[in-house]
Amino acid sequence: MNAYVGTPTSRVDGRAKVTGSAKYAGEFTAAGLLQGFVVEATIPRGRIARLDTGEALKVKGVIDVFTHANRPQLADRDEAWKDEVAPEGSPFRPLYDETIKFNGQPIALVVAQDWETAKFAATLVRVDYEQQPFVTDLEAELGSAAELDKPHEPRGDAASALAKAAVRHEADYVIPTEHHNPMELYATTAVWEGDGRLTVYDKTQGVQNVHKFLCGVFDKNPDDIRVVSPYVGGAFGSGLRPQYQVVLATLAALALKRSVRVVLTRQQMYGLGYRPMTIEHVALGAAADGALDAVSHEAIAVSSRYEDFARNDAGWAEQLYRSSNSRSSHKLVHLDVSTPCDMRAPGAASGVCALECAMDELAVALKLDPVELRLKCYSDRDQSEDLPYSSKQLRECYARGADAFGWSKRNPEPRSMRDGKELVGWGMATGVWEALQMPVAARIVLTSNGHAEVSCAASDIGTGTYTIVAQVAADALGLPIENISVRLADSTLPQAPVEGGSWMAASSAHAVLAAAEDIRRELAALAKSMPGSPLGGVDATDVTLVDGTIAHNGEHSHSVSIADAMRHGGLERIEKEKLNRFDEDKSHARNTHSAVFAEVKVDEELGVVRVTRVVSAVAAGRILNTKTGRSQIMGSVVWGIGMALHEETVMDHRFGRIMNANIAEYHIPVNADVYDIDVIFVDERDDLINRLGVKGIGEIGIVGVPAAIANAVYHATGKRIRRFPITLDKLLD
Amino acid sequence: MNNFQYSRATDVADAIRLLNSDPDAKLIAGGTNLIDLMKENVERPSRLIDISRLPLGKIEETAQGGLRIGALVPNSDLAYHPQVEQRYPLLASAILAGASAQLRNMASVAGNLMQRTRCAYFYDTATPCNKRSPGSGCSAVGGHNRNHAILGASPSCIATYPSDMCVALAALGALVHIAGPTGERRIALEDFHRLPGDTPHIDTNLGASEMIIAIELPPGGFSRNYSYLKVRDRLSYAFALISVAAALNLEGNAISEARLALGGVAHKPWRSLEAEQSLRGRAATADHFAHAADLLLQGASAASHNRFKIELARRAIVRTMMQAASAAPQSQAHKKIA
Repeated sequence: MNAYVGTPTSRVDGRAKVTGSAKYAGEFTAAGLLQGFVVEATIPRGRIARLDTGEALKVKGVIDVFTHANRPQLADRDEAWKDEVAPEGSPFRPLYDETIKFNGQPIALVVAQDWETAKFAATLVRVDYEQQPFVTDLEAELGSAAELDKPHEPRGDAASALAKAAVRHEADYVIPTEHHNPMELYATTAVWEGDGRLTVYDKTQGVQNVHKFLCGVFDKNPDDIRVVSPYVGGAFGSGLRPQYQVVLATLAALALKRSVRVVLTRQQMYGLGYRPMTIEHVALGAAADGALDAVSHEAIAVSSRYEDFARNDAGWAEQLYRSSNSRSSHKLVHLDVSTPCDMRAPGAASGVCALECAMDELAVALKLDPVELRLKCYSDRDQSEDLPYSSKQLRECYARGADAFGWSKRNPEPRSMRDGKELVGWGMATGVWEALQMPVAARIVLTSNGHAEVSCAASDIGTGTYTIVAQVAADALGLPIENISVRLADSTLPQAPVEGGSWMAASSAHAVLAAAEDIRRELAALAKSMPGSPLGGVDATDVTLVDGTIAHNGEHSHSVSIADAMRHGGLERIEKEKLNRFDEDKSHARNTHSAVFAEVKVDEELGVVRVTRVVSAVAAGRILNTKTGRSQIMGSVVWGIGMALHEETVMDHRFGRIMNANIAEYHIPVNADVYDIDVIFVDERDDLINRLGVKGIGEIGIVGVPAAIANAVYHATGKRIRRFPITLDKLLD
Repeated sequence: MNNFQYSRATDVADAIRLLNSDPDAKLIAGGTNLIDLMKENVERPSRLIDISRLPLGKIEETAQGGLRIGALVPNSDLAYHPQVEQRYPLLASAILAGASAQLRNMASVAGNLMQRTRCAYFYDTATPCNKRSPGSGCSAVGGHNRNHAILGASPSCIATYPSDMCVALAALGALVHIAGPTGERRIALEDFHRLPGDTPHIDTNLGASEMIIAIELPPGGFSRNYSYLKVRDRLSYAFALISVAAALNLEGNAISEARLALGGVAHKPWRSLEAEQSLRGRAATADHFAHAADLLLQGASAASHNRFKIELARRAIVRTMMQAASAAPQSQAHKKIA
């Protein structure tokens, strides 16, 4: 029964959120709660020569100041500091020693009776550094770029195919460093429960990841620490790894045996992870008819000196487009900065941006329509692995998107379309992401009054996990959604990984299905065993739960009410917990795809760009909730507009400091920058990927959007801007 | 944030007395800029003198037929005041081009005059800045200066003054009424802000113990032919790369009077009498406006990242003047540039 799955069900937590009753990590409180404020390093590399907390400690209301010199015991092995998504390397340890590894590194935590006192006292902490030479400029250090240990196996010989190609395009595309800027500030409230036990309310995308990490770092038993994160005000990847404030709050609470809250400021959040700056070199060679023969994509990205953060920037063309010869590489430059981290569609957002701009340039060189070029190179098989897809309706995305956009009316000539004083440009791009799924467990407690509680440690980072879990459970249990309550993001609940990679929708939904299956089986047995049961002769696998009853699949009138069956069995509640694992099917590639079409209007004289229309046609299997799903894609498109036109973390390399560490100067789109966004979910039936045919849509919406806009800007102006963001000064040149 | 004392002034004289007795005290009204700067430890006043309850919130007609705007009138109230909307729409438009509705509701008129530069180095206490810490050096000169001054800058400071409202006030020829220990005085808004020279830490010509009590608009409001155009990195809620306040009196197609002020280009709203006078008696054509633009931009010079602003300013001036001449002012609600 699908009363809810696939429908535009409103968020089950919507009322809690808009009325303010949904509590976030920094809103939990406890008796005698103390407040911590972080003191940050102001140099990018060196050592703390002297750290004087004397004046700060004298301030009335200050309880303590924690530094590397007086901190409690912390784990001394990297393994303890490695969370489940840590990259290779030696993770950063806050307040561990006197070494400064990046600007903005926490060097002290002032704990006081109230936040203002802590903040004031923080200004009185005096620090002298022994500065060391540092480098933060990727472009000045390209010579030191080094390949990761395992380069991807090339296909054919891209270099010689490129040399022989009838038509070639080759260029560098530069994606700047970008920061997530979730609306909610990073915060942890560590509540002292006595006897060395803590309840840690943390802003995170994975409570069990944080739980395991804290137990390791502080050498605690699993029962001593509980991590809870019921609501997250956006994270976008920045909360996949435990952030340093959770270490500091926990450290202070354990040391002081009191409850402590640490909230980072917006500025301090620029010392956390980010989308790394990349220089993407793309070379494409094609026959005169547009058939690709050579693809080469080399990415050079920033990482820190202590960890190798790398994502798949350069491998998408190899997979996506038919070409006999293909190679890719990903190199890192290690700089005196903090480690980058995942940010919505990590790798793809940057790499596919470069690829799809390059494809547009190739189409121009070939005098081919950009959609036609994509269709010429279209592949029904994953080209990297030579595998069929579990499903791939990208062709339909191109068709539906183009149709909705009116692409056929496009005059291919740049600068050929106008609207009054403005030049009009139409551009398009392909989007691609992975359809991942992970082991997740769910517990369902069904009570005889027809209510069910579904629980799972998965986070809802604002994407709608509460809602889809409730929808899937309501359908599987045959109950109205109002009778389903959902508990998430508590480390004591059934197992879930971090919420990321677009895997949580499919993963949590199937965990719920698996647990519901066990409930159904038990109910069926109960119903069959009732005297004179209409289901007496029915096979237990042949019943379904519908409208509060256990009913024969073929004939719903042959049914027993759930309440009667449970009463018969003398059961007030049935509790089932199940860990769902997906088949390790290596015979198919699993991806989501999109076709993005964008219209820009450019006031050429002043360089002002408006993105007046975006059509995003997405093929991502079955969409569990068309309302929250559409919001996901719209939000991604808005972010894509920002990536194209606005976002850039600006660093002054003389100081190794970020100079726009606030959301007044770090620009993201505002309402005035966002016009019409049309989201199309293309039907994509997928019987292979999982029972529900679900793929996940957290990432796919942003991929391709910046390229579509950049290509539209070219079409409007004839100017090809390869260095993002496309600010007006670049169009005035 | 530093600890500070708080006093609530009972009247203007009391505020001035409090200012006079504590050289590190600051007045506070809306606090939309001062509180930000205090949070960043850029401003560390010993005392805040709260003037928000003083009776300086009226907008009244003057005997000369102009308008007197109390220092504490919120920016929003000023922008939506019927007299301002009808007689000084250039001012209303400039105000609505700035900040957000929430900020405009809090921010006072006098506070708008007193707002400080948005130069990133001024805000970051870990970097040298002559404006914040005299003699420490200017980080912007050799640093990120994409949105810094192209006019009137000095080797010690290339910051810009960020107000939109004051660009319109400069074009309109507003006067600033000031009260101090020795009585009241008034100065032209154009003379209120200073160029940085070698004292960039002093933004204005307001004396240490003086306070703004009102802004006076002269009778002429240029309500027919005006436009305020703000060019920025996104379509709303960003400081100007270039803003232009243009106002014309036309007789037929001939210009009898022209006003032209630039924002986002200097340590103060930028006007040139020569540029404005060059238009007097001339036809309202793009060529004449371009000539005036060249005069206004005389002496413009770029830092390492802001050369584009010079040409952008020239184009924006012509565009805004044409909007004014055709009585088709730039809308602040619809972001398409007309």
